[in-house]
Amino acid sequence: MPVKDYIRKRFFPHIWCPGCGHGIVLGGMLGAIEELGLKKKDVVMVSGIGCSSRIVGYVDFHTLHTLHGRALAFATGVKFSRPELNVIVPMGDGDATAIGGNHFIHACRRNINMTAIVMNNRIYGMTGGQFSPLSGPGIYATTAPYSSIDYDFDIVELARGSGATFVARTTVYHVNEVKDYIKKAIQHKGFSVVEILSQCPTYFGRKNKLKDVNEMLEYFKNNTTPVGSQAKKDNPNLIERGIFVQIQKEEYCDKYLNVIEAASKEVKG
Amino acid sequence: MKEKIKFVQGNEACVEGALYAGCNFFAGYPITPSTEIAELLAARLPQSGGKFIQMEDEIASMCAIIGASLTGSKTMTATSGPGFSLKQEAIGYAIMAEIPCVIANVQRGGPSTGTPTHVSQGDVMQARWGTHGDHAIVAMTASNIQDVFEITIEAFNIAETFRTPVILLFDEVVGHMREKLVIPEKEKLQVIERLRTSVPPGTDYHPYFPRKDGRLPMSDFGGEHRYNVTGLFHDMWGFPTDKPEIVHNLMRHLVDKIENDPKHICKTKQYFLEDAKTVLVSYGASARTALEIVNYSRMRDRKVGLLELQTIWPFPKEIVSKICNQAERVIVVEMNMGQVLELVRANVKNPEKVYLCNRYDGNLVNIDDVKNVLRVVEGRGI
Ligand SMILES: Cc1ncc(C[n+]2csc(CCOP(=O)(O)OP(=O)(O)O)c2C)c(N)n1
Ligand code: SF4
Repeated sequence: MPVKDYIRKRFFPHIWCPGCGHGIVLGGMLGAIEELGLKKKDVVMVSGIGCSSRIVGYVDFHTLHTLHGRALAFATGVKFSRPELNVIVPMGDGDATAIGGNHFIHACRRNINMTAIVMNNRIYGMTGGQFSPLSGPGIYATTAPYSSIDYDFDIVELARGSGATFVARTTVYHVNEVKDYIKKAIQHKGFSVVEILSQCPTYFGRKNKLKDVNEMLEYFKNNTTPVGSQAKKDNPNLIERGIFVQIQKEEYCDKYLNVIEAASKEVKG
Repeated sequence: MKEKIKFVQGNEACVEGALYAGCNFFAGYPITPSTEIAELLAARLPQSGGKFIQMEDEIASMCAIIGASLTGSKTMTATSGPGFSLKQEAIGYAIMAEIPCVIANVQRGGPSTGTPTHVSQGDVMQARWGTHGDHAIVAMTASNIQDVFEITIEAFNIAETFRTPVILLFDEVVGHMREKLVIPEKEKLQVIERLRTSVPPGTDYHPYFPRKDGRLPMSDFGGEHRYNVTGLFHDMWGFPTDKPEIVHNLMRHLVDKIENDPKHICKTKQYFLEDAKTVLVSYGASARTALEIVNYSRMRDRKVGLLELQTIWPFPKEIVSKICNQAERVIVVEMNMGQVLELVRANVKNPEKVYLCNRYDGNLVNIDDVKNVLRVVEGRGI
């Protein structure tokens, strides 16, 4: 099925600003789903609140646009109720790691078979440019007019430490990787996390004197490197891209089958 | 399944009611005095292939049952006090997106951590207005074990019929006291299933276009129809909009479907009201005390009756005003600072004749409390 058939044309034009990175994630995500040949009726996409979360409105799956930060909690209900569905959860960085941080680490810990996609633009876009837990020190934002003093999370480490069994990171500059990692994440049995560095020219760019979208994309190109590369050894400030975690571990819904079996024995016995 | 007789506490009767109604998904987080509901369902649900999940907090629990309900499960969560506060934003979501689900709140004393192991009925107004914005809500309660069982089934039936969250507003005393419970055989009590769409696959399905009777036939997530669900105001496809006429109409739909159908939703129990000069209005555990006083008074030929509310929200205005207007005086018996008192006063001709008998110290309002108020308001001295 051509990618365009996954789009709800009725709901266009979209709300994103010109040059916003979120559209590239949308493209990559649909590309991955298309290559996997997933049926539309077998895909549930759950998001929270933010510019990034609006992504679900534009795709022709079962789509659930929820509350700020709570996407993974809703998604857990969907998946646990109907494990045969493919559940994909795109979130903003604030959505996933600030207000939704607790749900994020617990979804990782449970290893329930869903794919979380964190669209990390290091800022709160929807509310107009406040700093997020991913902004990091030295970043300017409307709530950090003298630059942020807050340390940032490393999503890869956070997800790894919390028990996610597939963790990858790339940027919207690396379009093929976006598609490839999302595809592998969906194929992975267990909880998978794909962090995608994305740009918000409107707030992050403007506040931090990045001239335009091209400069932001250049930044992704010049400041990232494949995981384990020599470049990282030479320059520790580079951000690594790639698959960081890919392990097999019994999945939550499968484990629950053991609970059902034990409980049924109890009834019979 | 044959009729079964058990000796159980209220929380267990709630579990039996939920299972009878076909609940097959529970998500929760432990909190006194509701915890037994989660514990019992953790054991019982998987016995019949149902799902139990302990989430990381009450917010997540509320969200999870909404997600599960959308896929076609009959879902519930249970909590108390602080946990009920945490659920409020997501309860609003279920209202807006019209997702059936049941929330049991076994009330304890508040505000804050309050009195975890003591009784209270302080959440009446929170059940009504806990989530932000104008809205309608259904909240029900019960005063004995058999009624807890039946009202729980009713809660599921209303949730499914009207596609709305329904709150079970129990209290610590009813939750923990033990009485006989008769579980009727299957199909003896009515269990209502969700209305599902008959729109064939491939035809444009309007998930949020109400039928003439206000009902919305659903399509389960995972089924042939794909649509958007959001907590934003939305059009008939579920797509966000802020067009004033759509916002206005949706708001009216959400409120009217509940408020315009009081006969279907509003349940009360009435004792000795035909000739009652003094009417006690009560609900939950305090209605037990009130009923004792009624029996005690009748033995002494005093014309006291009891109107027990089983539906708190929407407030059964018509019944309350009809019955209370006939009486010489009304005493509201409750365990808070007068939350239902104000509602009764607002719905009678002579609000100055509505009195309050209450406690908010963590103890069950007792016989002497009511007797004393009764003596004073009946002019029999202090
Ligand atoms: C409970 C709650 N708190 C705050 C908000 C306001 N809010 C909406 S989106 C948002 C942040 C969005 O940032 P992010 O998740 O990073 O996504 P982006 O818009 O950048 O894509 C906030 C704070 C809200 N909707 N709900
Ligand atoms: S504000 Fe930023 S994140 Fe939001 S749509 Fe515009 S560019 Fe994208």
